[in-house]
Amino acid sequence: MRRRDVRKGVNLLALGLSALATAVGLIFLGAILWTLVKDGVAGMSVAVFTQSTPPPGDASGGLLNAIYGSAIMTALGILIGAPIGMLAGTYLAEYGRKSSLSSVIRFINDVLLSAPSIIIGLFVYELVVVPMGNFSAISGAIALAIIAMPVIVRTTEDMLNLVPQGMKDASTAMGAYPWRTITSIAYPAARSGMVTGLLLAVARISGETAPLLFTALNNQFWSTSLKAPMANLPMVIFQFALSPYDNWQRLAWAGALLITFAILMLSIMARVAVSRLGPGAGRK
Amino acid sequence: MSSAEAFARHLAGQRLRERIFRGSTLAAAILLLLLLGGVVVSLLHAAWPAFSRFRLAFITQDVWNPVTDRYGALSAIYGTVVTSLLAMIFAVPVSVGIAIFLTELAPPWLKRPVGVAIELLAAIPSIIFGIWGLFVLAPLLQEHVEPWMDGHLGRLPLVGALFEGAPYGIGFLTAGIVLAIMIVPFIAAVIRDVFETVPDVLKESGYGLGATTWEVIWKVVVPYSRTGMIGAIMLGLGRALGETMAVTFVIGNAHHVSASLLAPGTTISAAIANEFTEATTPLYRSSLIAQGVLLFIITFAVIAAARLMLLRLGRRALASA
Repeated sequence: MRRRDVRKGVNLLALGLSALATAVGLIFLGAILWTLVKDGVAGMSVAVFTQSTPPPGDASGGLLNAIYGSAIMTALGILIGAPIGMLAGTYLAEYGRKSSLSSVIRFINDVLLSAPSIIIGLFVYELVVVPMGNFSAISGAIALAIIAMPVIVRTTEDMLNLVPQGMKDASTAMGAYPWRTITSIAYPAARSGMVTGLLLAVARISGETAPLLFTALNNQFWSTSLKAPMANLPMVIFQFALSPYDNWQRLAWAGALLITFAILMLSIMARVAVSRLGPGAGRK
Repeated sequence: MSSAEAFARHLAGQRLRERIFRGSTLAAAILLLLLLGGVVVSLLHAAWPAFSRFRLAFITQDVWNPVTDRYGALSAIYGTVVTSLLAMIFAVPVSVGIAIFLTELAPPWLKRPVGVAIELLAAIPSIIFGIWGLFVLAPLLQEHVEPWMDGHLGRLPLVGALFEGAPYGIGFLTAGIVLAIMIVPFIAAVIRDVFETVPDVLKESGYGLGATTWEVIWKVVVPYSRTGMIGAIMLGLGRALGETMAVTFVIGNAHHVSASLLAPGTTISAAIANEFTEATTPLYRSSLIAQGVLLFIITFAVIAAARLMLLRLGRRALASA
């Protein structure tokens, strides 16, 4: 009987600890979200959306130029990264499914997926900023595209693999060339999954700071030129949070809330899109 | 034009489109390879002046002096390793606990919301963890935790040196904790996926023999998923090593090798983030990029090893990785 009690005790203790670990994780999530909402809402005002970032010491101002810059560079990043990523994913899932080149590319893609984003920033600095001679919005967009690409490759491949082989075979049997089968049968069937991948990629790059440090840099003024440095939310948060000015710090929290809210919304939308695919497909 | 001719033309058009489409998918796939190659070549090229000037001293010396233009990356390498190890010490037990809770313990109504919450935590950008660490965690540690550590743990023999010193609030310890908070949801999500690859029939045989839940986890689930767990943990380590923004806010940016975990220091990524745009001399800039090369080599090795371990499980099973 004693041995059984010991086993039961150990069981209870271990399971209790694992529940405790989960509680700790959730408490930190709660603590971060609470601070974010409390300080972010306090920094929120209409001016945040209508005025550009203020000079030091100024009590007014907003984040309009940074919001615009983040939106533009994220959109451009996706526009550059999505076609390449989707084509490469198509190669891995369809044409090169079993080739050894594909396994190498799959592996490289997985490594790129987790590679430190600051390294990508340095790479784009050497590749684009140095030849151009100055920091620019377009170099920031390229850096974000390189970060988005592996995410899109991965989801495209996974989603195309979920399309039943029978559907593709039926198309082939009707005399369609592979490109026809892929674009008219496989893509529509995998559409919601591929959209999810895009949403996740947007979520991933819209909060990235490190790759923008030496590419888009920052811009205190309203600027729409792609060849000039462009303001963006992460860089403004970085600069303003570390400043001694109260107003700047308030704006940093407002920006942090905006960005987190946007990313959480995107992630939730992506989840909803996936759950429409039906059971089993949910987390693949 | 006869219908046979029209058909032949149609076929030729189809073949051409096939070639174009196939070619562009292949080109896009090869571009990924070139990308990685390009990263390696361009960074090595830019780092060459620093490497050829300082040679081995670059990684063995603790000098970082823009005034005399002499650079050694030792303090940044040290900071990177120390903060990442600290983060792993905090994060691994918690992540494994969460994964166990999610796969074996949580009632179905709790499983999904908690799982989603953990995954959402993983989606929060690192800069948010950075400012939270600076404004919330650092003052908390400075006022309540670090003075206690200095007063009590600091007097212990052997390990005392780790906890000595003035409570700055920012430093290795704070950076380690922030990193841990950041990588926990990530590691937990991957380990959960690994645990879910364990066939139910194995677990059921365990229960059938009268094992407790913990015994099934420890003697069936864990051994079965050992490689995957190590892969998940190393993937988390890869993140911690390369993480920039979360660390930059709370590390203190001091190029020192200090034994105390309470002391401010720097990491490779924090040094690059802080100093790159201010690097005035070519050698300064090259030295920062050379640090980037070192970081790339370290993280590449860790991530590649992790991926190889996770590969055996098959990629399909691992959505979160």
